[in-house]
Amino acid sequence: MIEQRPDAQTAKQELVSMYPAKLAKKRATQVVVNDVPESGIVPEILVNSRTAPGIISQRGCTYAGCKGVIMGPTRDIVNIVHGPIGCSFYAWLTRRNMTLPPTPQSENFMMYAFSTDLKEENIVFGGEKKLDAAIQEAYDLFHPKAISVFSTCPVGLIGDDIHASAKRMKEKLGINVFAFSCEGYKGVSQSAGHHIANNQLFKHVVGLDDEIRGSRKFRVNLLGEYNIGGDAFEIDEIFKRCGFELVATFSGNSTYGSFANSHTADLNMVMCHRSINYVAEMMEKKYGIPWIKVNFVSASGTAKSLRKMAAYFEDQDLMDRVEAVIEEEMAKVEVQRRKYAARTRGKTAMLFVGGSRAHHYQELFKELEMKVLAAGYEFAHRDDYEGRRVLGTIKIDADSRNIEELHVEADPEKFRARVDSEAEARLAARGFKFKDYNGMMPEMDPNTLIIDDISARDTEKLIEMWKPDVFCAGIKEKFVVQKMGVPCKQLHNYDVGGPYNAFRGAVNFYRDIDRMVNSPVWKLTLAPWQESAEPALEASVA
Amino acid sequence: MRKIAIYGKGGIGKSTTTQNTVAALAEVGKSVMVVGCDPKADSTRLLLNGLAQKTVLDTLREEGEDVELDDILKPGFLGTLCTESGGPEPGVGCAGRGIITSINLLEQLGAYEKDLDYTFYDVLGDVVCGGFAMPIREGKAQEIYIVVSGEMMAMYAANNICKGIVKYAEAGGVRLGGLICNSRKTDREDELIEALAAKLGTQMIHFIPRHNDVQRAEINKKTVIDWNDKCEQAEEYRTLARKIDENQMFVIPKPLAIEELETLLMEYGLAA
Repeated sequence: MIEQRPDAQTAKQELVSMYPAKLAKKRATQVVVNDVPESGIVPEILVNSRTAPGIISQRGCTYAGCKGVIMGPTRDIVNIVHGPIGCSFYAWLTRRNMTLPPTPQSENFMMYAFSTDLKEENIVFGGEKKLDAAIQEAYDLFHPKAISVFSTCPVGLIGDDIHASAKRMKEKLGINVFAFSCEGYKGVSQSAGHHIANNQLFKHVVGLDDEIRGSRKFRVNLLGEYNIGGDAFEIDEIFKRCGFELVATFSGNSTYGSFANSHTADLNMVMCHRSINYVAEMMEKKYGIPWIKVNFVSASGTAKSLRKMAAYFEDQDLMDRVEAVIEEEMAKVEVQRRKYAARTRGKTAMLFVGGSRAHHYQELFKELEMKVLAAGYEFAHRDDYEGRRVLGTIKIDADSRNIEELHVEADPEKFRARVDSEAEARLAARGFKFKDYNGMMPEMDPNTLIIDDISARDTEKLIEMWKPDVFCAGIKEKFVVQKMGVPCKQLHNYDVGGPYNAFRGAVNFYRDIDRMVNSPVWKLTLAPWQESAEPALEASVA
Repeated sequence: MRKIAIYGKGGIGKSTTTQNTVAALAEVGKSVMVVGCDPKADSTRLLLNGLAQKTVLDTLREEGEDVELDDILKPGFLGTLCTESGGPEPGVGCAGRGIITSINLLEQLGAYEKDLDYTFYDVLGDVVCGGFAMPIREGKAQEIYIVVSGEMMAMYAANNICKGIVKYAEAGGVRLGGLICNSRKTDREDELIEALAAKLGTQMIHFIPRHNDVQRAEINKKTVIDWNDKCEQAEEYRTLARKIDENQMFVIPKPLAIEELETLLMEYGLAA
């Protein structure tokens, strides 16, 4: 049965018209009916712009982006949060980043929550001394290789110099200590925090250890993969079978040493373009490591990405091994895919999550032969929507200007161009493209809705109008959506599921989505009085 | 009880004027409390004949320490009660938050429940942030006097303080009681400040001439009345105290545009 849905333009009007005139005008540029002409030039969308006060947004803060996303998944750095206790406690182990220390005795600080626990007297009299003492205490207890410090909002207001404290303690303790000015109020979303984390990691860690480790010849880094639910483990395993040496993952199942050593890789692969492209760009300039965009979400995406990696190294043995792995895995996946697609074919999905995930997961829905009706990001920029071709035309505003942009030059000793002009020409002739990302919109159907920074109210209205079979978002949205009788899949932490990356992960996702969209439970969400023919009582809030 | 806050540009003589005026009020039998709101904690030095030993915020520093009002509220000249909010060293922490915390603590301790005729708040410099506006927020000081001189920057600061008063006047009921001119012997200073007061919709409540006896008393850690109650300057502070005691003129000021302020200076600031 085909349900009657309002078309995209009408749905957009419905979403936008509810807001006051000035905001409605702005929202109309943040909600876009997708159009994919021959030229590939999709409509412009307003993104990375301040959320209007009063809107219930999905967005997080700069501290969440810096500490939670980028720095959180590394097991052997002690992450000290300089601030009142809640900032550390409520950001503790919330993202299901998995880590696997080589031995049970190996360092793993991820199960600890470190905080300076600032109190009123520290706000009045300053908290630097307490921070110094906290760093000393963490050192005495754990003797870690590195300690990092995160500034919270009140610290930004009182002006504690966390960088001076880090420098002092680095000299005193003889280990690496570095700090992040990632106060929550900076920027318009967590995106600012990603950038700040990228900058400091690059400045204080990357490039410290030149030793070539590992026996495999094809040395790569994976950027923007956070090992939620064990995603990175799946990818690691495939890499090993193909013959890639994974030097560092930024940052899932990651270690301090792997970051310090990451400049010895010969290729950077960017998965989450939004959160980590800064490190990729800076490593290219300073060390000569080129980067390519990859996507290990979905079986077809994994195959495509592996082929691209092998093509870069121009090694026939490697290409053969990659093809063999793909053939073996795809055969297994395809059996499962057919089984599940028979049950999910034609069903519909919406994805409002992250700065890459709303795009990457559409590949899995394609494999399930489902249709994506609408999608959007929480914190992405225009290049993540429209593709990197718009990079030169993105208007820089004061909110972006407020985040430091590092000036990077080629390292006189460590720069080594990985690709000479001949190889570049050969690769180009085969259609190989570096730093190529077309964004989400060109890969979505025309007349789908693209919504940046969707609000709680937009979410409800959209579900009411278009009744998707599954809605993908995060924990804040999950239960509101499910009360409307629509299953909600969390794509930040995967609920309790995953891994969803690479081949086996794809099958896990097929199975979990099948269970959600075909469960009879969602038809039972109406209470008996809601089903009866009696007129419903109208209630309103005075 | 009348709660009065004294504001003005840094270095204009707020603490000196406040303490000398308070000494004059005490002399005629008024019971007065002085709350120093400067992190330097030197607002009660002349009344106490030396610096206060322990500030309100000092009590916050040690865990588990209980605080008694007597620890932080010290008797000074003629039974005046003196307390200092205290605060961080220059360049660290948040002095503004310190003032908010300190005034709340004083309230919790019941400092305001004493039988008082006056409470004076002596506040640091300009109203730079929310913390320094604390004494004029709801339930705190109702009257403001601004110490000013004929110097441009002092008048500029006075005008800015008036903007702060306007902000809180409607919500909290705070009013401007007048300008106190602490003379710097600039040209036609009295006329200039009279004119500024008129533009702001207030009065110059008193003109305190410059006199070296103030400095002499200060070196001796005393108010002028305490040091030499017969001297001319003692009489000036008695007059100011009487005028404040009898004041009936409380207004919401009308701050000037910067151009107006400059015009005023052109008109009066240069000797004819």
